[in-house]
Amino acid sequence: MEQRAATESTVTLEEAFGPGAPVVLFDRVRLSFDETVVLSDVSFTLLKGHTKLLLGASGSGKSTILKVLLGLLKPDSGVVWVNGHRIEDLPEEQIMPVRNDIGMVFQEGALFDSLTVAENVGFKLYEQTRMPLDEVRARVEEVLGFVGLAEYIDRMPSELSGGQRRRVAIARAMTTKPRLLLYDEPTTGLDPITAATVDDEIIKLRDLEEVSSIMVTHQLRDAFYIATHSARRENGRITIVPADEAKVREAEFIMLKDGRIVFEGDAEALRTSKDEYLRKFLS
Amino acid sequence: MLTLLERWTKASLADLQGYVLLVGRTMRAAVSRPFYVHDLVEQLEQIGVGSLTVVLLTGFFTGAVLALQSGITLDQFGARSLVGRLVGASMILELGPVLTALMITGRVGSSIAAELGSMEVTEQISALRALGADPVRKLVVPRVLAGFFMVPVLTVIADFVGIAGGWVIATFQMGVASGVYWSSVTEGLFWQDPWVGLTKPFFLGFVIVTIACHVGLGVTGGTQGVGRATTKAVVRASIAVLAVDFFLTKLLVFLVY
Ligand SMILES: Nc1ncnc2c1ncn2[C@@H]1O[C@H](COP(=O)(O)OP(=O)(O)OP(=O)(O)O)[C@@H](O)[C@H]1O
Ligand SMILES: [Mg+2]
Repeated sequence: MEQRAATESTVTLEEAFGPGAPVVLFDRVRLSFDETVVLSDVSFTLLKGHTKLLLGASGSGKSTILKVLLGLLKPDSGVVWVNGHRIEDLPEEQIMPVRNDIGMVFQEGALFDSLTVAENVGFKLYEQTRMPLDEVRARVEEVLGFVGLAEYIDRMPSELSGGQRRRVAIARAMTTKPRLLLYDEPTTGLDPITAATVDDEIIKLRDLEEVSSIMVTHQLRDAFYIATHSARRENGRITIVPADEAKVREAEFIMLKDGRIVFEGDAEALRTSKDEYLRKFLS
Repeated sequence: MLTLLERWTKASLADLQGYVLLVGRTMRAAVSRPFYVHDLVEQLEQIGVGSLTVVLLTGFFTGAVLALQSGITLDQFGARSLVGRLVGASMILELGPVLTALMITGRVGSSIAAELGSMEVTEQISALRALGADPVRKLVVPRVLAGFFMVPVLTVIADFVGIAGGWVIATFQMGVASGVYWSSVTEGLFWQDPWVGLTKPFFLGFVIVTIACHVGLGVTGGTQGVGRATTKAVVRASIAVLAVDFFLTKLLVFLVY
């Protein structure tokens, strides 16, 4: 109870009710498995059309944050707002509609291995909409095209390489055009060229479709690339260009250490930070 | 500090509670939209058609050995012609339902636990939820319904094949006339018997599949956990089959005779 009273007076929570409300708001979220504390006092906000880049050592709680955000795990305390819904205490049926607007790329892909690539990517459209089958197929081909896998549409996941599976997972998250995308290490294990196309796709969704995103990554190169570039549409052609200063500041880095946020700020602040742990992590 | 016994009791109770909750959710989901018809058809085929060979073989040999054994006993009373009675009643009342259920436990229960378990450890269950599908509706309900409807069908098949197996032994080895055998089968039955024999497998099918699903969805600890879950599902479901059969028989005998 004391906890609740304390959280309700914080500034961030008030933001949730105002105009330009954040898409995601975490306020003092705590979570532990048995005796091990996995998240302690995690608070952050994600604004519409912005990107958060989650960094941190293995086991620091990055994937757990994404799972709490999706309502797959319930925090022990704290408040979680997603798209204007307070989800931490909602029963599963009521979280379902909130999830409709979120796309998630799981760390290991989590493709359904009894279904084909097409059925995986079009899962939601096949299962939950009355969209005609040929339209679903067309959409599936389109998103598979984004990740360069259009010709693999009728394969089974077991017939793909690790990197291809990850790209199918990315395509699956994008199929229904959700307004919030969560990527758990989307470019890990991809070659630099494919990783770059995935990065470009993330930038395009953010800048041209106003998709907000949280990206967990160990690939600092990709994180900085996404933070410092933007997509522009000129005469129907889309180009990726270095972002202006204001845009660069919109992409915020969060560094986690043992379930605690130890740094939050833009690319510049991260680069120039004097913190010893950060320096070590970045070198 | 908790003692080992306390910890074990706590874990078992939590497990039981989880099982009861799953059963509740399954029943609610089974009678409300959306239905996954395609998945149901797939499971009916998987469980029904897939188990046919196993059930045919067990049924046949059980009936045959029953005739063989009871023949020896019956001979001591000079009552060899009654062999059909014994085979028919035993198959329809007990051996058909229970042996079929145990075979389904071994074949279907283990594979359901392994399948759901590996989906759990590879986060496919989480992915289902993230994509807005309820794992209970999508995975558990089709399997439970398929078990509920297919185990009785398979049991009836096992009964017939078992009685036929008894017939083979009775006529070709024991020299009992075919007509005598068949009329003895029907004479040996009370009118309630087929109903009792047919009621039980519905419950057994339900119990086997719900236990397997519960164990599968509760897997922790990676691939190793999946292996353990498979064993656990078979052991638990087998014991449950025998226990449920006992109590159900008691209840049905009380109700219908
Ligand atoms: N189901 C679970 N039961 C117990 N502990 C868990 C469970 N899931 C995660 N943990 C623990 O929570 C901590 C954070 O896990 P998490 O998956 O969020 O790490 P991560 O930051 O994503 O790491 P990585 O970069 O390796 O993916 C880890 O120490 C892990 O051991
Ligand atoms: Mg992780």
